[in-house]
Amino acid sequence: MRPRLHQPLKSSINMNTHTLTAAQRNTLVFLRVLIGWHFLYEGVIKAYNPSWTSKGYLLSASILKPFFAWLAGESMVGAIDMLNIAGLIFVGISLLIGIKVRWGCIAGIALLALYYLAHPPFPGLPQGPTEGSYWIVNKNLFEMAALLVVYQFPLTSAFGLESMFSKPKASTALK
Amino acid sequence: MANDNNFNKWNRRDLLKTLGGIPLFGAVWYAGASLTGSAKREKQFLLETLNIKASPPPASGPMSGKPLRIGIIGFGIRGEQLCRALGFATNDWIKEMQDAAEKNPKDTRLKDFKAQENLNIQLAGICDIFDVRAEDALASFNKDGNKIKRYRTHTEMFNSGEIDAVIIATPDHWHAPMAIEAMNAGVHVYVEKPMTHNVSETYALRDAVLKNPKTVFAVGHQHRQTQSFLTAQDVIQKNILGHVSLVTTNTNRNDDNGAWQYDIHEKASPKTIDWNMFLGSAPKTDFNLEHFFRWRKWWAYGSGLSGDLLTHDYDRINCILKMGIPHSVTASGGIYTHRDGRNVPDVLQVNMEFPDFSTGGSQDKGKEKGMTFVYSATLGNQFDRGTVLMGHDGSMELGNRITVYADPRSTKYAELIKEERIEPGVPIYQYDPAVSGTDAVTSATAKYFANKGLLWTYRDGKRVDTTYLHLREWLSCIRNGGTPSCSIKEGFDEAISAHMAGLSFKLGRRIDWDPIAQKIIAKPGEDLDAVLLSNA
Repeated sequence: MRPRLHQPLKSSINMNTHTLTAAQRNTLVFLRVLIGWHFLYEGVIKAYNPSWTSKGYLLSASILKPFFAWLAGESMVGAIDMLNIAGLIFVGISLLIGIKVRWGCIAGIALLALYYLAHPPFPGLPQGPTEGSYWIVNKNLFEMAALLVVYQFPLTSAFGLESMFSKPKASTALK
Repeated sequence: MANDNNFNKWNRRDLLKTLGGIPLFGAVWYAGASLTGSAKREKQFLLETLNIKASPPPASGPMSGKPLRIGIIGFGIRGEQLCRALGFATNDWIKEMQDAAEKNPKDTRLKDFKAQENLNIQLAGICDIFDVRAEDALASFNKDGNKIKRYRTHTEMFNSGEIDAVIIATPDHWHAPMAIEAMNAGVHVYVEKPMTHNVSETYALRDAVLKNPKTVFAVGHQHRQTQSFLTAQDVIQKNILGHVSLVTTNTNRNDDNGAWQYDIHEKASPKTIDWNMFLGSAPKTDFNLEHFFRWRKWWAYGSGLSGDLLTHDYDRINCILKMGIPHSVTASGGIYTHRDGRNVPDVLQVNMEFPDFSTGGSQDKGKEKGMTFVYSATLGNQFDRGTVLMGHDGSMELGNRITVYADPRSTKYAELIKEERIEPGVPIYQYDPAVSGTDAVTSATAKYFANKGLLWTYRDGKRVDTTYLHLREWLSCIRNGGTPSCSIKEGFDEAISAHMAGLSFKLGRRIDWDPIAQKIIAKPGEDLDAVLLSNA
């Protein structure tokens, strides 16, 4: 079943009762663009590097080892790498140019959840190479939360290609 | 902030707002693609500049023909390992591995063992002077079409006409006497390291091998089969490191097993052990279980760190550099961690000097010559220090993997370092036979995962075990001709160098080699063999 992506929002900020200021809107768009930028760049770097593989990352998972080991298996890892790259690029494009943003958010959250679960910053688990110090909350979790925000406020009409394909309506102003 | 309540403003077709993401998308894509592209070009440039030929050693020949009849002498820890490498595991070991695999499905030792190639041999004879071990071999290997017989003595085995080739995995003091006897009886020999236990028998064994050219002789330095060694040889040949002035090798162990404090079998007694046979040429002593099971702790039967472990490191480097016997050796050390009655040191530092040796250079002719090989060992700490070949232009870390770094003050790479095309802290070359091929610059993350060994794969779907490859090479030479990679020349270099180290430690002075007379220089009246073997 298709998710109800184009239904009016049921959030506390309801279109009929609230609107966003230009600054609020721009801030949210800025957030969306930054996340899109990040995903796209990660995807492109991996796509252009033929020796890149997620195998080491998956095999060194600190929890759910059998699951990640299965993903890293000889028969799977090639497809997983492809899917990861495709996923990253899709999320990047969608958020950056503003098309299918909510799909992009869901895909992005799913990818980040996998990254988070493979190496969760839980006390007692090995952390591998990181540039900071984390306890339960790390940047993957932050980016997931940020994507949740973008999901709530895709704002494709404010900045995005999607507005070209759908006739703008008052009720989709927050899209 | 002003409220935006004008919906018409939202509906306006604002080109920038609609298409503004596209140039951003283009910029990010271009940046990613061009950065990766230029990194790739830099990597390619480095690989082409260095032009190192990365290749695993060629596989040894076919194992076809009549099954070879193999005898094993000494069925202790190493003997069992060697038999497993040949495809023969004891019942106890199989049971232990089955239990281990049940407990931990990731434990694939039994699976790997069963997947091993059939080497087309019959394990036909066993000699062990401890009845329990000999009977264990008989019980384990008299099945699945294999017939094995116990011989009371090695002489009986060699002269039986029922054994084509023998593996000698005895205490060190029996290596040469048995190997010489086997060679003279026309039985092919694979002898564990160190090749010999004293100086004079090193010459006697060399004579025996040279006298019997049709009988194949190999020394058990399985490290020669390490997948990275041909590539390391090419690094040296291409003069990537410049003049190598120092090679550092080491042993670091910190457990009882590593310090030769092996288990004493409960059924061991004068009734189950042929004590006189054990002693052989060693000084007569009363029956002693410590001596029998932990023989590596005494000079009378073993050779301590210099014979037991230095030999591996020396041979690994000799395999790559072919530097031969050192001009002189100094050694020092002591018993600092395991003061349990042993008389071989548990900490040993050995410096071998090669004043006329050079791997090639990059500076003015005549400026560079000479090299020191350092072996540094302790049985009281297991911090891994790695093996490094240190040249004026670069350093090479040597193991299963090879990593080459340019030296910041290199002459050869000075321009490239100045142009920032080479960063001295980042490897300029990496070869890892476990992953596919070679790499010039690796990311910190990739290196992290690689160092954890997580990127290991099996070669041709099978685990690469160097002992198996080394034995296979020996068997291939017996069947198809050729000389093993570690035969008498290499064994002679190894044995003499190790004995020089042992002598230096025991005499407390520099030991010199006379390359013309091919002799270790002794002081008048000095009996080097007596010094080496004495328990003092």
